[in-house]
Amino acid sequence: MFDQLSDRLQATLSDVRSRGKLSESDVDAAMREIRLALLEADVNFKVVKSFTATLKERCLGADVLGSLDPGQQVIKIVNEELTGLMGGTGSELAFASSGPTVILMAGLQGSGKTTACAKLARFLRESGKKDVALAACDVYRPAAVEQLVTVGGRVGAHVYEKGTDADPVEIAAWALDRAKEERRDVLIVDTAGRLHVDQDLMGELARIRKRIKPHDVLLVVDAMTGQDAVGVAESFAEAAEFDGVVMSKLDGDARGGAALSVKAVTGKPILFASTGEKLGAFDRFHPDRMASRILGMGDVLSLIEKAEQQIDEKQALDLEQKLKKNQFTLEDMLQQMRQVRKMGPISGILGMLPGMGAMKQLKNADVDEGQLDRVEAIILSMTPEERANPALIKGSRRKRIANGSGTKVQHVNQLVKQFDQMRKMMRHVASGKMPDPQQLAQMTGGAPRPKVRRR
Amino acid sequence: MVERLEHEVEAGSVPADGDAVQARLIEILAEVAATARAPIDLSGEPAVLLMVGVNGTGKTTTIGKVAWHLSKEFGLSVVLAAGDTYRAAAAEQLAEWADRAGAELVRSEEGADPGAVAYDAIEAARARGADVVIVDTAGRLHTQSNLMDELAKVRRVIAKQLPGAPHETLLSIDATTGQNGLRQAKVFAEAAAVDGVVLTKLDGTAKGGIVLAIADDLGIPVKLIGTGETLEDLRPFDPTDFANALLSP
Repeated sequence: MFDQLSDRLQATLSDVRSRGKLSESDVDAAMREIRLALLEADVNFKVVKSFTATLKERCLGADVLGSLDPGQQVIKIVNEELTGLMGGTGSELAFASSGPTVILMAGLQGSGKTTACAKLARFLRESGKKDVALAACDVYRPAAVEQLVTVGGRVGAHVYEKGTDADPVEIAAWALDRAKEERRDVLIVDTAGRLHVDQDLMGELARIRKRIKPHDVLLVVDAMTGQDAVGVAESFAEAAEFDGVVMSKLDGDARGGAALSVKAVTGKPILFASTGEKLGAFDRFHPDRMASRILGMGDVLSLIEKAEQQIDEKQALDLEQKLKKNQFTLEDMLQQMRQVRKMGPISGILGMLPGMGAMKQLKNADVDEGQLDRVEAIILSMTPEERANPALIKGSRRKRIANGSGTKVQHVNQLVKQFDQMRKMMRHVASGKMPDPQQLAQMTGGAPRPKVRRR
Repeated sequence: MVERLEHEVEAGSVPADGDAVQARLIEILAEVAATARAPIDLSGEPAVLLMVGVNGTGKTTTIGKVAWHLSKEFGLSVVLAAGDTYRAAAAEQLAEWADRAGAELVRSEEGADPGAVAYDAIEAARARGADVVIVDTAGRLHTQSNLMDELAKVRRVIAKQLPGAPHETLLSIDATTGQNGLRQAKVFAEAAAVDGVVLTKLDGTAKGGIVLAIADDLGIPVKLIGTGETLEDLRPFDPTDFANALLSP
């Protein structure tokens, strides 16, 4: 499809580095690339136009011109601006101070409202709202009520429904009364999909809104929507005065520029992202990640988050201390290895790094998970003393460890040797010296290096 | 396309005034839109139509409309296969359309094998001498390779049972879809050998320009357009009308 914008920008601006200066025409060339990338990502053309104008101004600022790597600088600015445009942080649902919180869902046909209702119900239940109810106000689409009843049941939400003969406005009002009586925490109102040009149905949506006075109105937008997203959002903003957006189908490969357009035009934040077939695939929206996605820069943030989930801050600090005092043991190496592996298969982690997808040699990189298993098995077959002080490991111990881990003596030898070299190198690093390149080369042969937190 | 137009204007074959250029542009757009045009193939006995597409693009609704047209306007007997065994109440939705269109419905329980449903429907159609079988499938994002494999399997099951079938595989594309539509068409075409596109939800303000790229790049023509929620709101695709609509403000 589309080359990664960051790569293309690097290429566009690469010869600038040799000249050491960035001219206005260089910036113009970069802006062209960015404009194309954004259009390709379905960002509305008007938004693109004003966006690149702002961008150009910033890029002509001194910090870019003087920098060593203008390409990187430009990317950084684009990323910041995109993130800012999509609402920064801090947008939350509004909750009622007493009585049920009422959330009205609206959107075009097929944008994923009914599914989003159930997912939102599940999300709210998991974040502490015990009693979430749904109201089935889509009386038009065949079997929409049945669908809501089924998915509602799956997420443990009560569903208020009156079949398809009643007026949606009446159903919504009735459901709200019931929710109050039954002291529900949240009532989510599903509505029929409607085209934003359909006056009658948009009028109906406005009437539902007036009648039940929701605390939040959410517009569900399909991430694959193209240029039309802006018109849709404007019409819905007028009729339903929505407060926030749910982006659906973000698990596809659409760049989701619609998200940017909707936010830019209506000023309403994107609150949630729906990312899969399963009812649990629903989470808060992260503008910074969306920015990276629109730019095709890989999902570094998800990677960092994954790492943070798995890596204990305190453990990392302890490790740093140990490294400084050269007390790093095989036990620590085992812990480190396990933490990295908890993040998933190594090949998957590589895939999340920007630019990696494009690198052919890595695409087929065969990361030997079996070797990691072997290292783990060997360390596990050692006594605590041996792990702390590998110098103890001599002839008979080697044999025992090899037998215990189902490996050969030479594997044990190899590991001990590599660990030794690693420790030597770390001593150099900790004492502020650069490691000897030869040592580095020796290390790349086998055992995985522990992940060291840089600060 | 723009390049071609520029060439023609420079070469003088198109006069360099606004109206003439626009008229020529519409011609070019219509020409691209008309790439690989072919009627819907109903020659099989029974003819099998397979409906595929991303979630929420209007597959089930389109099937309802097609069934209605075939049975009411052409007097054909139609069997619908509820192959969306994944989404809650999808079969009920199709049942309602079958009822409205006067078609028969073959369904199974939720979570059943969609290939088996298609198989049963074709068996039923043969037994009753029905003219057309339309197989619904669950919406799936083209990025989910396991679901795309499942689709390829449904197609294989059909082909094995009735040589030459499915005679027509239609991909529904939502007119509001942006650049991603091309990707969708490409991947669906690989998995299910798509014969044509149904462009749905054209009654909004979206113009569905992405089908031009689909026709141009992949040679898959638009065959039908959906313009509303009632049974009648289905029309054959007209390239010239489409090109005109694309350029109208």
